Amino acid sequence: MKRSLPLAIVFIGGVVFFISYFVPHYISEEILQRQIMVEWIKVISLFAFVIGLYSLIHLHVNKIKRKVDNWQYSILTLSGIGVMFIVGILLPEKFNGGIQQGSIYDWIFMNLQVPLQATMFSLLAFYITSAAFRAFKARSVEATCLLLAAVVVMLGRVPLGETIRSITQGFLDFPKWTQWILDVPNTATKRAIMLGVALGMMATSLKIILGIERSWLGGSE
Amino acid sequence: MAFWSVFGTILAALATLAIFSFLYKDNPFYRSAEHIMIGLSVGYGLGQLWHLGFKQFLFDPLFKEARYELLIPTAIGMLYFGFVHPKTRWLIRIPIAILMGIMAGFGLGPGMQASIFKQVQGTIIPLFRYGLTVGETFSNILLIVGVFSAIVYFFFSWKHKGVVGGVAKVGIYFLMIGFGASFGLTVMGRISLLIGRIVFLFQDLPKVLFGG
Repeated sequence: MKRSLPLAIVFIGGVVFFISYFVPHYISEEILQRQIMVEWIKVISLFAFVIGLYSLIHLHVNKIKRKVDNWQYSILTLSGIGVMFIVGILLPEKFNGGIQQGSIYDWIFMNLQVPLQATMFSLLAFYITSAAFRAFKARSVEATCLLLAAVVVMLGRVPLGETIRSITQGFLDFPKWTQWILDVPNTATKRAIMLGVALGMMATSLKIILGIERSWLGGSE
Repeated sequence: MAFWSVFGTILAALATLAIFSFLYKDNPFYRSAEHIMIGLSVGYGLGQLWHLGFKQFLFDPLFKEARYELLIPTAIGMLYFGFVHPKTRWLIRIPIAILMGIMAGFGLGPGMQASIFKQVQGTIIPLFRYGLTVGETFSNILLIVGVFSAIVYFFFSWKHKGVVGGVAKVGIYFLMIGFGASFGLTVMGRISLLIGRIVFLFQDLPKVLFGG
């Protein structure tokens, strides 16, 4: 029951929704694909987010309770969640609560979260440059291809590329080469990867529907 | 300038400097900023989840439009809370099974249409046609060769020897060029973010603090 019921639900749901795609009928188009697929799935997924939130809060509360290493930082994480919860959900709109533009929630987002995230990602510029130095050492033909493509794309996307084109009177046309690399070899690569991913996704979907793939059920009975 | 605007800019500058302090070494300022960022991000998601999720898709249709059929997905979603007790923990599998079944079934049909047919259709392009320049013909041939050889590289059912090995080798070159281009774009994206932060610290912040 505990394992067979979910497996039966997956099988029925999978088969019904697969067939519904090929049947242009009111039930398949309006009820299955619009109402259930769009509206119901959203509602069910909302609760999954709540579980994720609970897990995170539970983790940090436990860290504080057990006073594990660096537990003090968990207070900051929980404070962040708490502040946003109060100003975004509990505080009425007349006191600048809510999530609309101009609210306290929006002010915190613009003045704290956006700079923090932007700086965090910009920090990667330093590490990605160091990684590039190591990856781009042209030790083989493959590494040379990687190096040349990256250098051309980087030069083609900055004003320096335009300047070089002007100086060389169009002989070294990095912007044009960049576009070609993105349109042809890059598209070919992405397309091949996407086809592989799609075939893998279909095989996995089929395995899930037929009950061959059961890891999502978890280990216990 | 309004107090809150100046205060917000100073706060943003402190947050920026706290994160940049990691370039020296891991330190309490960076860790604090990192944990605050995680908390705020989750809190931000929580606000969005409530207003644009629960309110918009559940409470408003249910109570204002009397769409009681939404009680069914609500009941299914509530089964997620079964995980709080060991005896009811298995109930969490039911909403997961519903989502998995629907996604798997839907992924087979439209997934095939969007990810396989469209990609194959995009690859079936004219090699030689009146009006195509030599460059365009060359690019089209290269595109087809690139897609085919890269797929052969990912095909592990045959040993990569002889002709298959040769084609797979060509596939590796295409993959390397593709990865190089993607890497270049990522580097440029990060650098542009860094420029944005530097401009904020050295141009926007002094303007707000000292005027000008």
